[in-house]
Amino acid sequence: MKKVGVATIPDEERQPQILRLRLLQRAQQTSLRMTLVVGVLLAITQAALAVAPEMPRFRFENFTTANGLPDNHVFAVLVDGDRIWAGTDNGLAVYENHAWKTYTTGDGLAHRAVLSLALDKRTGDVWAGTMGGLSRISGGRIDSFTQLNSGLSNDVVYGVSVEGENVWIATAAGGCRLDLHTNEWSLYNERNTPMGEIWTYAVSATPTKVYYGVWGSGVLELDRKTGRWDRYDDPDGENELVLFKDQGLIHEIVTSVSYVDNILWAATYFGDSRYDGRYWHNFLKKDSGLPSNFTNQVKGIDANRAWFCTDKGLAYFDGANWAVYTPSLEDGKPQMTVRDSDGKVTQVVVSTAPAHNYILGIDFQGEDIWVATAKGLSHGIRQTTKGAIQK
Amino acid sequence: MNYFLKAGMMVGLAGLAALALFCPAMIRPVRANAGEDENYASPLEVLLSPDGARLFVLCQQSEEVRVLDAATYAVIKNIAVGRVPRGFSLSPDGKRLFVTNSWDDTLSVIDTSALEVTATWTVGAEPSGVVEDRDGKKLFVANRISGDVAVLDAQTGVEEKRLLAGRGSSYLTLSPDGSRIYATHVYPNVTGRRTGFENRMAPESEITVIDAARAVVVDRMPLHGMAGVFHVAFSSDGRLGAVAAYHPKNLVPLAHLEHGGAFAYTLTVFGADVGRPVEVPLDELERYASQPFGVAIAADKSHIYVTCGGSEMVTVVDVRRLLVYIHAHPGISVQDLAASGNYVVARIAVGKNPRGLTLTRDGRRLLVANRLDDSISVIDTRTNRVASTIALAGLKTVSVKRHGEQTFYTSHYSFQGQIGCASCHIDSTFDGLTWNLEPDGFGRSIVDNKLLEGIKDTEPYKWTGTNPNIPTECGPRTEKYFWRSENYDGVTLSNLAVYVRSLEPRPNRWRLIDGELTPAQERGKAIFERAVDKFKKPIPEYNRCSYCHSGPKGTSQKIFDVGTRKPSDNTGLLKAPMLTNIALTAPYLHDGSARSLEEIWTIFNPDDKHGRTNDLTKDELNDLIEYLRTR
Repeated sequence: MKKVGVATIPDEERQPQILRLRLLQRAQQTSLRMTLVVGVLLAITQAALAVAPEMPRFRFENFTTANGLPDNHVFAVLVDGDRIWAGTDNGLAVYENHAWKTYTTGDGLAHRAVLSLALDKRTGDVWAGTMGGLSRISGGRIDSFTQLNSGLSNDVVYGVSVEGENVWIATAAGGCRLDLHTNEWSLYNERNTPMGEIWTYAVSATPTKVYYGVWGSGVLELDRKTGRWDRYDDPDGENELVLFKDQGLIHEIVTSVSYVDNILWAATYFGDSRYDGRYWHNFLKKDSGLPSNFTNQVKGIDANRAWFCTDKGLAYFDGANWAVYTPSLEDGKPQMTVRDSDGKVTQVVVSTAPAHNYILGIDFQGEDIWVATAKGLSHGIRQTTKGAIQK
Repeated sequence: MNYFLKAGMMVGLAGLAALALFCPAMIRPVRANAGEDENYASPLEVLLSPDGARLFVLCQQSEEVRVLDAATYAVIKNIAVGRVPRGFSLSPDGKRLFVTNSWDDTLSVIDTSALEVTATWTVGAEPSGVVEDRDGKKLFVANRISGDVAVLDAQTGVEEKRLLAGRGSSYLTLSPDGSRIYATHVYPNVTGRRTGFENRMAPESEITVIDAARAVVVDRMPLHGMAGVFHVAFSSDGRLGAVAAYHPKNLVPLAHLEHGGAFAYTLTVFGADVGRPVEVPLDELERYASQPFGVAIAADKSHIYVTCGGSEMVTVVDVRRLLVYIHAHPGISVQDLAASGNYVVARIAVGKNPRGLTLTRDGRRLLVANRLDDSISVIDTRTNRVASTIALAGLKTVSVKRHGEQTFYTSHYSFQGQIGCASCHIDSTFDGLTWNLEPDGFGRSIVDNKLLEGIKDTEPYKWTGTNPNIPTECGPRTEKYFWRSENYDGVTLSNLAVYVRSLEPRPNRWRLIDGELTPAQERGKAIFERAVDKFKKPIPEYNRCSYCHSGPKGTSQKIFDVGTRKPSDNTGLLKAPMLTNIALTAPYLHDGSARSLEEIWTIFNPDDKHGRTNDLTKDELNDLIEYLRTR
């Protein structure tokens, strides 16, 4: 079976590493003139840098209730140009011109707890999935759709994705599609799809494919052209064991899906998966750079790169190497860990980290990242320009 | 007879002759002929070419743009467009005229040199206002039914996207600097959160502000308490904007017309000259500005002109005095019938149902389209008097239906001219509001206003079905409880009924062109017609959708109790309403307590009295609603 995601580093990407190695070797020669202690320390540092691949570094600035966020529990984050939207446990907050504004149920928001966010890039409208329905925020006006006042199948909206004139929604009672031209609601459940459970947890829509992550029922795929639904499951069906690695979805409890460049990235609470339409590759903590198998969200950047939001930190995979950003689980000190393609792990000295290790969501603002955590929202300001994290 | 008396008589006769020439409808008696070919022009909007040489007149009923010489008003050409055109505008360079055709969902592009339609583009549902951006790259079209503003490629007509606007999105204006587009809407937005009192909340409207370059909504200016918002105009310096609107007083019993208790007709001004938006009344005791529609601001910013379709006049506002008043009275003055005396400087009587208006480049003439007179009033802005009235070519007699339509739109019959039928039935449709009518008792039997199109032969009328026919509905009931003033004579009432009965339903936008149903609609139709529920139990005839809502219009015309009676209702017995274009007319139920079709069954049908529906799954209910939208 073709193995993906662990390919060797291309030559053009190796060159900077070779150059860096040569420079460091020269520096090592110079260091001989220095004191023994300094030389030893430098050698250790140089050795570490010599093997650590160049991975993006960030300076994290964290937002909490102390500086304007309505709640520290941030379920989702969305970048909309210069505006940052944060779906929290106590309202939808938007950061603009260095100030936070919060929309609540009093403004028309369907529920205070905002679980998911999506941007209609054409119109600028923001769609918010909440514990009490789906809200559209358009030019400051909020319209809310519920299972009572609209065709929405259920008020608990875990996921939302906008593609063209369609809003795709993942709810606790199946998937939905709202056609913005006709206002027709279409529901997807066990009656018209191969959905085993109707607890849909995530959705990723593109012009060609729509993927639903289903809690306990794998991944559903809709081919937009044919209208055909397919289902992808964990081939071993085991909750705890992985008997058939890289032969299918890693687990049935799918928490997040991300379809980009014809590649499906799927997150579960028991590891993650990448699917290219023919071959699967599974990521587990034990044999990848994932800090944990418990993944709340995955967001693919392209066919090879993705970000993983886990309960033990934020992980970035560049197709070969991994980087993990988190406050230490032991003492809370900022940590950045790099794991290269050979499995060698290096600690990078950093002074900041995301607000909490329990990561729930991520979005991108140029080379910066915004990270939703269980205890605040973090703005990761890119410190080096090498290795773009966006397409 | 002395010389001067003779001369005076001759001048008088000449004047009458001139009046007869230019104002045929004003002096000729009504001819109540039925069945004649009613090819009226019904001018709705007027525009001048950038050089001021040509006058374009959008004629809604004859479905054409008439091009007149702006100096002589001689006809240059009549250009046929699509069905029921509603809005038009020139491209910034003046080379193209865009016309929206509201009933066939197309947009006609007219070459203003060749005076020919060069393209007809398919657009959204019921296109109304249209405006092109300064660069000629994007065309913005307000779609009344879908409540949005479509963004089109201005060269190809290909739709790029739709921006959410207000409900009944209809009128667009480009700001003088070209950076913003201001969109208004004729029906109030649907209430947000469910509180249990949605049907008794003040209406909310908005001006949707669109960034013309990015084609995204950047702001929504709230218009509290307003329902029925029409044209926006700007001063040439862009510092003052003005919009005409209705401010209904539908939360109190409609029993105090003598105290101005039905509507305030207002102007909301905004922009740098004003600060925050301010709503001011145009009304004055005995001189209401019923059904304001078109707005124009003089180039020197001295005056604002507002056409008032129901009052059949143009209201003239002195801008300087208005600004002084606003700054001196920062509070709300909408209910103050003395307020307009501070800034309204003239009320100029024009023709029947004046709508669109435009100023000549020198600002000396104001041209007003009198829709139900087929005429253009030319107002001398220095004297604020009608200098002349231009009769458009066409039928010169007034038919039964035409007279009925004039009666429908005028506010002449109501106490102090406050309201006409069209105040609540905007463009002969509905208003999206609930009202408390006096006959049922104060605070009793709140009723939702219904669509008029297609009501022919669906008697009895009223929600309770207590009016046996349209003359009863429109006659004694209206005269006594609404107008509180002048009765219709028999001919007028009869003609009004003819007009109301003539209102055909607009095309249903949810039906496929070939008349077929989508799979979801087919499934919904089966539910609508079913006689057995999902548990194989027979559904009693009276509890089937298709029994009460039978026939082509979806009404059996019979009385039922569907369990929707509220404590404030006098009765729970209601006539099954017709279903024609039901998708357009939220809110629903007799008192407007259901904000959406879904809520009829998800909230207000706990005991299955309003049809057997509680056995349905959510997707089946969605199918039923998809079918209902096709009715």
